[in-house]
Amino acid sequence: MTVLSEEEVSRRIEELPIPEKIIGELKEELKGKKITEEKFKELEKRILEEYTKKIVDPCEAVGIVAAQSIGEPGTQMTMRTFHYAGVAEINVTLGLPRLIEILDARKTPSTPMMTIYLEEEYRKDREKAREIAWRIESTTVIDIASIKTDLTEMKIIIEMNEKKAKQRRITVEELFEKISSVTDEEVQLEGNTITISLGEPSYRKLLQLTEKIKNVNVKGIEEIRRVIIRKENDEYVLYTEGSALKKVLEVEGVDSRRTKTNNINEIAEILGIEAARNAIISEATETLEEQGLNVDIRHIMLVADIMTADGELKQIGRHGVAGEKTSVLSRAAFEETVNHLLEAAMRGEIDELVGVTENVIVGQPIKLGTGDVELVVRKEMVGGKQ
Amino acid sequence: MKKFKLMEHELVPLHIVLSEEEKEEVLKRFGVREHQLPKIKVTDPVIKEIGAKKGDVVMIIRKSPTAGESVTYRYVIE
Repeated sequence: MTVLSEEEVSRRIEELPIPEKIIGELKEELKGKKITEEKFKELEKRILEEYTKKIVDPCEAVGIVAAQSIGEPGTQMTMRTFHYAGVAEINVTLGLPRLIEILDARKTPSTPMMTIYLEEEYRKDREKAREIAWRIESTTVIDIASIKTDLTEMKIIIEMNEKKAKQRRITVEELFEKISSVTDEEVQLEGNTITISLGEPSYRKLLQLTEKIKNVNVKGIEEIRRVIIRKENDEYVLYTEGSALKKVLEVEGVDSRRTKTNNINEIAEILGIEAARNAIISEATETLEEQGLNVDIRHIMLVADIMTADGELKQIGRHGVAGEKTSVLSRAAFEETVNHLLEAAMRGEIDELVGVTENVIVGQPIKLGTGDVELVVRKEMVGGKQ
Repeated sequence: MKKFKLMEHELVPLHIVLSEEEKEEVLKRFGVREHQLPKIKVTDPVIKEIGAKKGDVVMIIRKSPTAGESVTYRYVIE
């Protein structure tokens, strides 16, 4: 009996028509084991048998299975909207509301959030991480200065808090420049105080301008309202409230390979549809897992495939996947029954009865599994004779 | 400000533009016509980056948690 060499076994495993992951697992398993020619043949037979048995059959209703497999655990999800992500004080939508948000492909999630990883030289040092956090976190005038309005003189007096400004590396000149750029009125700088004098006396204008000045973004990215630094597996990671993927990726020191956001539409726009597909899968899996539910990832992958099949994000629902079905009866069975039927009647639409729902409605066998195959008997074969 | 490298982001899989012959081969293998493939827009950032044109077919090599690696195709549309 000839024992096959390790290289020989490896080579022959790689030739099998099975996915790469199984090949890897198989190699790992067979490492250092003595495999004879007969044993390998048996192994090959059994693996291929098992693999082919588990492949989805043609006409199998994968969509219905996926819907049930996600829907059933979904009933056990908490209705509680808010939760905190780990120890950080950032509020994130989790559970069922979040899952709905993902499948609805909302333009912006109710709690946009980013996970920012840092480059090698910044990720180990808290101080350096802090530095980048200041670069990203939005600083408005009100964060670093006190604003007073002088109604008798028609002036706005902005006094910069030196300590706060220094911490965020903002000089009074920078502040002065920012303020000058948003108003046409006369702006003066004196020490740490900036004074705006109104040309014509108007209380309304004065108050409006004060409100405007308060929210002027001096430093950082406007959309990012708060940044929190957390240590995770001996590296510092930034979590943010608010999201601006493109701007953050362009910040010096940010690891632009791993940084991500929970806003799937933003990912689609900046990283492309394939990245959005990956984001849907990971966000949905994480949401389900966080609730202690286990859904096979293949179901979620199918959903993500359908949502991204047209090159743009499409929601699962009447404005997306379900609303684009060709069959009138199928659309009417889903939502807004009367509207669909009425419109179809006005346009004289024809239902070809090819889908599942339509055929259930009219009471015909559905075209799924064995229902999709039609048998034909060849006359000359009847009786087993040629 | 720096320019980030789109193709290096971990969410972005490898996209390859197929030549006319490769495209024909793929369509024949699956027995489909172009518009029956999943689509990708010309305005997609990755498509702009690799310079594919309308009517091309791109091969996408995804990292898959179930299969290790999986290959799909998308038809570039307007």
